[in-house]
Amino acid sequence: MTERKLGRGVAIVGAGMSRFGTFPGRASRDLFVEAFQAMRESVDKGLDPRDIQIMYLGNYSSDLFEGQGHTAPLMADWVGLTPVPALRVEDACASGGVALRQGILAVASGLYDIVLVGGVEKMSDLPTERVTDTLATAGDVLYEIPAGFTFPGFYAAMATAYMDRYGATPESLMAVGRKNHENGALNPKAQFSLTIADIMAKKIAGAEKRGRPVPTWRDEMEFLHDHQANPIISWPLRLFDCSPITDGAAAVLLVAADLARQFTDAPIHIIGSGQASDVALHDRPDPTVIRAAERASHQAYEMAGIKPTDVKLAEVHDCFTIAEILASEDLGFFERGQGYIAAEEGLTRRNGPRPINTSGGLKAKGHPVGASGVAQAVEIWHQLRGEAGARQVSGTPDLALSHNVGGTGQTCVVHIYERR
Amino acid sequence: MSPHSFTHAEYLAHLQNHVLAASRCQNCGELYLPPRPLCRRCFAQDMRWEELSGRGELVAFTVVHIVPSAMLEAGYDQDRPYVSGLVRLEEGPTISALITGVDAHHPETIRVGSQVRVVFPRGDQDPGPAPLVFEVVSES
Ligand SMILES: [Zn+2]
Repeated sequence: MTERKLGRGVAIVGAGMSRFGTFPGRASRDLFVEAFQAMRESVDKGLDPRDIQIMYLGNYSSDLFEGQGHTAPLMADWVGLTPVPALRVEDACASGGVALRQGILAVASGLYDIVLVGGVEKMSDLPTERVTDTLATAGDVLYEIPAGFTFPGFYAAMATAYMDRYGATPESLMAVGRKNHENGALNPKAQFSLTIADIMAKKIAGAEKRGRPVPTWRDEMEFLHDHQANPIISWPLRLFDCSPITDGAAAVLLVAADLARQFTDAPIHIIGSGQASDVALHDRPDPTVIRAAERASHQAYEMAGIKPTDVKLAEVHDCFTIAEILASEDLGFFERGQGYIAAEEGLTRRNGPRPINTSGGLKAKGHPVGASGVAQAVEIWHQLRGEAGARQVSGTPDLALSHNVGGTGQTCVVHIYERR
Repeated sequence: MSPHSFTHAEYLAHLQNHVLAASRCQNCGELYLPPRPLCRRCFAQDMRWEELSGRGELVAFTVVHIVPSAMLEAGYDQDRPYVSGLVRLEEGPTISALITGVDAHHPETIRVGSQVRVVFPRGDQDPGPAPLVFEVVSES
C-alpha cells in the first residue's frame, strides 16, 4: 500500500463536551450549545466563532431518535455559524470519528483553515426497545436483523467465539467494566461518575431507606454475578457489559498547523488518520477480529511513523466490554488471545503500562452514538495537555490514539495525536 | 432454479419453497450467501442459483434477553429468550440465523462448533419474524 500523508499539518486548538447522561427536556441543539461553549472556553487565546469556515457534524440518527432530519444546519444555526457550510456525517457509532477525519481532510486539503467538528446524539426520548431497534438499523436489516440479532447480540456472538477460542470467561469481560467505571468516577462529565462499589453502596442505602431486603454482596464480582443487579442483556453480556443510552455532544476545533500558535501555545497535532470499511459480521472469516480496525490502525501508524508500543494512552470503542478486548488486539497493543489476560491483570488501568479509556470509555462516560468519536478526541486533548484532573495519566504522555467503530466493525476510524 | 436478479425477495421465495439458495459466480466460482447479483471478487455479473445442503457448524451465538420489537411481538421477552448465531455452511459461506434445539436458559450448555441443519416451518406453521432457522443436531 502506498504511504499516505496529509497535504499539510492539522492541529486541535480547542475541545470540549457537554455533560453526558439522560436529560429530559433538552434537545440535541441544547447539548450541542453546551459542547460548543466548552470548546470555546478551552481555546487558550480565544476564538471568534465568525472565523470558523465549515462545520462537520457526527450524528447517527436524529431522524429516528428525535424525528429530526437535516440536523447539521440546525446545529450550526444554534451556535451562530450560518451561513458557513454545515454537513452531517453518518457511519453509525463511528459518525463522530469519521466527521473528525473529514474535518482533518478539509484542513489538509488547503481549502479551509479553521474547521469545527461536532458530534451529537439525543437518545433518551425513545423507550428502550425502540432505541434497540434504531441501533439495529446499523446492521443489515435484510439478513442480520431478521435472525434476531440486536447490537448487544452481535458483540455477544463475538464474545462467545472469543471465549471458545481463547478460554476467556464472563469474568474477563467484567474486568473491563470495573476499570472503566473506576475511570468514569473521576470524570465530572461522565454519565456514571460512580465505581461499581459506589453503585453497590447506593443500592444498599436505597434498599435500607425503603425498608426493602438489603442486598449482601461481599464484593464487586458478587454484585456483577447477581442476576437482579446485573441482568443478562444478551448472553454472555450483562447490563454492566453494555454502554448506556446517552444524550450528549462534543466539539473540537481544527486549524492548519501553521496557524495553531494564534490560538494556543499547547496545540495537539494530528499525526495519523486511517479509516476502513468491512462486510457484515457473518461474512467475515473470523468473528473475533475487527479487520477494519486492523486496517485503519495500520494506515494511521504508517502515516504517523510510529508503532503500537509508542502509544501512551488510547480511547477505544468499548460499546461493549468484549469490544475493548478485541480493540486492544486489533490495534496491536496485545497479541491475539492476550487482550483478555491484559484486562484481567490490570495492564489497561489508568496507572498500568497501557492505559485504555481513562475517560471511563463508552461504558461509564456514556455513548451518545454520533458524539462518541469526537468525545474521544476531547479526552485525549485533556490528557496530552496534562489537564485531565484526577484521572490524569502520569508521566506527561505525548502520544495518544483514538479508535471509533461503526456497527459491528463495518466502519472503523483511527486517529493518532501528538503533543510536541 | 432459473437465473434471476438475486434479490432478497427471490431468496425468501426459495426459503418458502424449503430451499436454502446461494448465488454462484459463473466466472470465478465464488459462492455467495446472502446471494448477490455482482461478484465482489471478479466483478462479473453472471450468477446462478445453487441449492445448499443446509448442513453447517455454529461458529458464534448469543442468547438474546433484551429483544427487539419484532421478536417481542413474536412472544419472546427477557424471561423467554431466544438464540441467534452465525452458521458456517459446509459449502463455505457463513450466515446469521435463529438457532433452535438448544436450552436458552442454560447458555453454558450451548457449544461453538456444534453441528446444525436448516429447518423449515411446516406448511401450516407461521414462519414468524425469523425466516432462517438452524437446529443443533449434535454437539461438537
Ligand atoms: Zn466472480
